Amino acid sequence: MSTGLSTGLIELQNLSKRFGAARRGEGGVVALDGLSLSVPEGCLFGLLGPNGAGKTTTLRILCTLLAPDAGSVHIAGIDALRDPRGVRRLLGYVAQEVAIDKILSGRELLELQGDLYHLERQQRDQRITELIALLGMADWIDRRCGSYSGGMRRRLDLAAGLLHSPKVLVLDEPTVGLDIESRSAIWQVLRQLASSGTTVLLSSHYLEEVDALADQLAIIEGGRVIASGSPTELKAALGGDRVTLRVREFSSESEAERVRSLLEACSGVRQVVVNRAQGFSLNLVIEHDGVIEQLRRQLAEADLPVFALAQSRPSLDDVYLQATGRTLMDAELAVAGSRDAKAERKQSMR
Amino acid sequence: MTSANPTLNTASAAGSREGSAFAEISQETLALTRRLFVQLARRPSTLVAGVLQPLIWLILFGALFAKAPEGLLPGGLSYGRFLGAGVIVFTAFSGALNAGLPVMFDREFGFLNRLLVAPLRSRSSIVLASVLYITTLSLLQSAAIMGTAAVLGYGWPGAGGLVLVLITLLLLVFAVTALSLGLAFALPGHIELIAVIFVANLPLLFASTALAPLSFMPSWLGWLAALNPLTFAIEPIRAAYGGELSLHAVVLNAPYGQLTSGTCLGVLAALATGLFLAIRPLLDRKLS
Repeated sequence: MSTGLSTGLIELQNLSKRFGAARRGEGGVVALDGLSLSVPEGCLFGLLGPNGAGKTTTLRILCTLLAPDAGSVHIAGIDALRDPRGVRRLLGYVAQEVAIDKILSGRELLELQGDLYHLERQQRDQRITELIALLGMADWIDRRCGSYSGGMRRRLDLAAGLLHSPKVLVLDEPTVGLDIESRSAIWQVLRQLASSGTTVLLSSHYLEEVDALADQLAIIEGGRVIASGSPTELKAALGGDRVTLRVREFSSESEAERVRSLLEACSGVRQVVVNRAQGFSLNLVIEHDGVIEQLRRQLAEADLPVFALAQSRPSLDDVYLQATGRTLMDAELAVAGSRDAKAERKQSMR
Repeated sequence: MTSANPTLNTASAAGSREGSAFAEISQETLALTRRLFVQLARRPSTLVAGVLQPLIWLILFGALFAKAPEGLLPGGLSYGRFLGAGVIVFTAFSGALNAGLPVMFDREFGFLNRLLVAPLRSRSSIVLASVLYITTLSLLQSAAIMGTAAVLGYGWPGAGGLVLVLITLLLLVFAVTALSLGLAFALPGHIELIAVIFVANLPLLFASTALAPLSFMPSWLGWLAALNPLTFAIEPIRAAYGGELSLHAVVLNAPYGQLTSGTCLGVLAALATGLFLAIRPLLDRKLS
């Protein structure tokens, strides 16, 4: 497999991982089911998927915190399973649950981190100064971590991940639960990093985040990649534009159904859906712009008004819907009740 | 550093070249140890409680038996002088028994993962830092108790005696630290670890020769006390306090035979080595 033909800086092949199976092979929870991923150098790569899809497990395997049951992990040609230390030196990892030492100040935590990566003292201190400026931490870096807000903690953790100027930065849900200001500060840093050549791999269940940031993305569900490419490619591959149509501000169901059968008869129109949640508006896909004119004409002939008509390119949400058959939000809701937080905490404990 | 954006420089990537193993291991071990001491300095309650508890034993038990008839104890010791060695050992013992707590909290809060993601030259650094920290802490606490005992008139070993005391305490602390670190990785959480520490602590004190000589005990308790590792630390120290520095001196008439200082130290050394070897597979598994 690793014959030098692989192109990505990060190459994950056929990873599988099962939890709680007591090493007997059967039963337990399947976290990864033959996941493969290739991340080119200098790319800002997004892993998109609902909670429980296997994102965190993938990242933990990549960061040598977990060993996969099967499959291979290579970073810059180094086999993570054979030479984990070699991989660790290339990686900065920003975990989902920020583990900091409440008693230390932010600066002390960074100094500790620098020593764990064997930076020379002068280099370490200089780097810390740079990162304090970059992430705007000067006002509070000498206060104890216990007093930090969520956004401050996340920035500190990002600084810790960047301290040794890693070739690859791995972030697990970097902006979950953050205020807008911290979120955009982190986005900005990630963009800068990617443009200066660092490979950034982040997981997220925020569509907008991946759409706004990622050069490339993979949609993960059920422990495998179900779609991958650049956001633009993926959206373009869907084809057609999305149209939302309201004949009145609030239509009745029967009127909406009438409009639907009318629209379905038009050529160049696909996937007409009545959206009950939005006052019986209609969602449909059109194949080209000309269809709109035709629609308006048809509606006028049938004596139906047009209250609102919005046209948009396909979004990542549409990509997700197409790939999985449900929206990301539905997927989130489906797993919300079925996860065992306690068991997951245990998994991550050594 | 030549890029337009020096703060994000990645060209020097993965900055560290492979340094010498010794330099890298000392760097990471020292950094981890420093962290534990900074925690201690900012939250000194562990240190204070670790001194207060034995201090209370020393003062209360010393007072309780202050009027014990002369000649009651072997060798005509006053009770205070007898008690001193026991409380010193107990101090070091309970200090070392807490060795696993910081590690357990790091496991629970995920800080350990931060350490495991880092390219540590050797993950023994994590264990080594705990041992360094807890050894220093236990010895500091023991020194405080020794000082207090001296002030109370319970004696002070000479220079040679101090060396013997130090060696004995070190061996005991190593053994107990190994045990506690093993528990910190084997038990599911800090509640369980604290429960074990709580349950182990006092019974081991009472079933040893810290508070009373073997001759006061019913034979079953005498047997227990003569097998208790604390006793193996207490007796050489008691002898050293009495000016007996020879390793060949008999320090305990155990039900199964006479024990010399040398035997006691040998047992402690074997115990410490054995325990570290015993927990090694567990540590290797948890840290790999």
